[in-house]
Order: sequence, then structure tokens, then C-alpha cells
Amino acid sequence: MRARILGLAAAAACLAMPVNAAVVLGDATGSYTISQAGSAIRFTIGKAGGGGFDGAFARFKGTIRIDNNDVGRSKVDLTIYPESVGTGQGRIDAFLRSDAVFDATNSPEIQFRSTSVSRTGDTTALVTGRLTARGKTFPEKFTADLDGLKGGTIKFHVTGKVLRSRYGMDVGTPLYSNVVDFDMTLTGRRG
Amino acid sequence: MQTITNTTTRYGWATIVLHWLIGIIFIGQFTLGFVMVRTQSQRTAFELIQLHKSLGFLLLGLIILRIAWRLGNAAPPLPPSVGALERRSAPLAHLALYVFQLALPLSGWALVSVSTLEIPSMPFNLFVMPNLSLPESDAAESFWASAHWYLAYAGIALVALHVCAALRHHFLLRDSVLTRMITPSSTGE
Ligand code: HEM
Ligand code: HEM
Repeated sequence: MRARILGLAAAAACLAMPVNAAVVLGDATGSYTISQAGSAIRFTIGKAGGGGFDGAFARFKGTIRIDNNDVGRSKVDLTIYPESVGTGQGRIDAFLRSDAVFDATNSPEIQFRSTSVSRTGDTTALVTGRLTARGKTFPEKFTADLDGLKGGTIKFHVTGKVLRSRYGMDVGTPLYSNVVDFDMTLTGRRG
Repeated sequence: MQTITNTTTRYGWATIVLHWLIGIIFIGQFTLGFVMVRTQSQRTAFELIQLHKSLGFLLLGLIILRIAWRLGNAAPPLPPSVGALERRSAPLAHLALYVFQLALPLSGWALVSVSTLEIPSMPFNLFVMPNLSLPESDAAESFWASAHWYLAYAGIALVALHVCAALRHHFLLRDSVLTRMITPSSTGE
């Protein structure tokens, strides 16, 4: 219920919104710094014959700006350091960091810059933006689901699919799917 | 058409084609294996290893076919000029070659099956080859990797001996041993 009221809030635009909700939503407006504590960027890649392999990036930084008066003007910036990739298997990590995949030495950052945010439900929004990895930039979409807002802390669950071949990371297809399933928890602290 | 099967004086086309097809792929596999584990680019190495696995499975299929064919098609006796020692050792050497041809792809298959990397096998991207049901662990992986390594090097040494023997027959002894493995029109004299 709480999360509902807090909904990614084109709230101000919503006349039916109860007065107290608007107050809480007013609270959501602002800039948040994504903190690694409480956040996780996980991914899964399906494998031929079933199953898949999971990994996560341990280091990243970013900001979330929420504009209640005009949700479309909200913004998300995220920078991931591919050097920090971890799958629980050291040899696979080394392979991912190498120039076979991320080429982390020459392309130390993967960046996402949102270009538009549109509300799709009470607590959900579609975030469109430009993803840059290994010098290549393509538009990508992610679904953000508001998971909580408490004090100065806001939490989103973000999912999306990215085709790795476009970024020069097609190694291993079709043994490993071209589709990378992202599943992130992003916790932002005000300020 | 009658030249497909072996007779008491010559090899038939089926034996000949399988021999050379497998011979080329076998030596190619050794070379590929040698090169791929020394390749700097991780991407190229990954792709070469997948190719090595694909060719290895193809080879396994061809070898099973070859052994089945051989069981139903006795090899022609060696030409009369061949000495007693060689008459006894050649079949043993050939038997050992058959053992290596089976053991190499099987040990490779075991290696990828127990590997903690869990990389699937997909011969020529056509279908998923199931793993052998062996428990995976780092220890089992290094065991099969060294077994595969020893088999590969011992196998290629035996092949080298085999090739030298064939060349000796052709250039020094000048008998029909090599030519009869090239065409059925060459019979033992
Ligand atoms: C007749 C068939 C085969 C031959 C002659 C052969 C030969 C070789 C050779 C020479 C190496 C390099 C060893 C070294 O120098 O470290 C190698 C490595 C390897 N082979 Fe094979 N192989 C055969 C079949 C297979 C098959 C069927 C598979 C798997 C399905 C396989 C999987 C591998 C793997 C994964 C490696 C890398 C091992 C490592 O990283 O140390 N091989 N093979
Ligand atoms: C490329 C160089 C090669 C040459 C010149 C060569 C030559 C020959 C010749 C002349 C024979 C006939 C022997 C006879 O009549 O008793 C023969 C038989 C045989 N070769 Fe090769 N060979 C080569 C490569 C290989 C390889 C790489 C393998 C397998 C790893 C192999 C496996 C065999 C086997 C198993 C036989 C016995 C066939 C039977 O059962 O009668 N050869 N080879």
C-alpha cells in the first residue's frame, strides 16, 4: 500500500491522488546517489541445453533524480566498472574482463544515461536511455519498480534485457545466449 | 562398386577413405589442440577450443564407424616380402592406433564433462551434445586434462612412427604397403 502511494509518481498530475500521498510524493522529489551498500547489479545469460550463468558487478556508481512535477524529466545515470565482474568462477571472471568480452583495461566503464522516463503503473516506470560499452552506444529500455522509500532512501528494482552482440561481446553465441538479463536493486540516498 | 570392401589382396574404398579422412582430422586435431592452448587472445582461444570439440566429436563418430567397418572387413595380409618381426608388430601398432583414436576423443569429452567451467558442447553449432555423467570438480578436471594431454602426445608419437613405417615401405622397401592404402587398384604382390 505504501509503495503504491509512493508510485513513481506522476502524482502531481494525478488529480485523484489523496492529499497525504501528495505530501509523501513531494518527499520523493530530489536527487539520490546510488550506494553500493543495498544495491546489486546482477545478470544472467542462458546456456544452450538449459541453465545459465549468473554474475554481478561489485562496483558501480550513479544518481537518480526524481521530478514529481514532470516524471518525464526524471533521470538516471549509472556507471558500472566491468573490472568488478564476479561469477564465482575465477577463470570465467578473467575471461569476461579480457578483450574477449569487456576489455576492461581499454574500456573501464559501462555507462547508462537515461533519455526519458515514462510512468507505466502505480509503482512502475519505463526508463529509456543510452547504454555505452566498449565504445558502442545503443538505446536500451529498463523497467523500474519502486520498492520502497524511507527517510532519505529510495529503492528500485530494475530489470531489462540487453543484446550483447551489439557491443562487440558476441563471443560464445549461440552456446551462450545473446540476451543478457539484468536484475538490479538500486538503493539511492538523498544528496 | 566391388572395390568398396576389402579383399584378401587389397583395401577397399571405404577403408581407404575412412583412413585418410580420420588421418587428416586426427593430425589436425593435434595441431589445433597444441595451438589453441597457446593462443594469447582469449576470444580466439575460446573459439578454437569449441572447434576442437566439434572436430573431436566428428572424429569420434567416424572412428566408431571405422571400427565397425573394420570388424566386418578383415585387412588384407601384408605382402610376402614383409619380414616376420614386422608381420607381428604391425597389427599391434594398428591396434594401439585404434585405442588412441577412441581414447582421445573420450578423454576430451570426459574433460569437458567434469570441468567446473560447465561450458556446453555444441558440435558445429548444430545440437547440444550431453556431457558424460561424471561428477564435476577441479580435481577431476585436472586429471582428465593431463590424461588427454598424455594421450595426445603419446598418440601423435605413435602416428609419427606409423608414418615413418609407411614411408619406409614405399621408399626403402619399395613394396605396395603405402600404395594399397591409396587405391584399391594396388594389390599386394
Ligand atoms: C582425436 C581427437 C583429439 C586430439 C588428437 C586432441 C588433442 C589435443 C591436444 C594436443 C591438446 C593440447 C594439449 C596441450 O598441449 O596442453 C588438447 C587439448 C584439449 N582438448 Fe583435445 N583432442 C582430441 C579430442 C578432443 C575432444 C573430443 C574434446 C572435447 C569434447 C577435446 C577437448 C580438449 C580440451 C578442452 C582441451 C584443452 C585442455 C586444456 O585447456 O588444458 N579434445 N587436445
Ligand atoms: C598421414 C600420414 C599417414 C600415412 C602415410 C599412413 C599410412 C598407412 C598405411 C600405408 C597403412 C596400411 C598398412 C597396412 O597395409 O597394413 C595404414 C594403416 C592404418 N593407419 Fe595410417 N597413415 C597415416 C596416418 C594415420 C593416422 C593419423 C592414423 C590414426 C590415428 C592412422 C591409423 C591407421 C590404422 C589404424 C591403420 C590400420 C588399418 C587396418 O586396420 O588395416 N594412420 N596407414
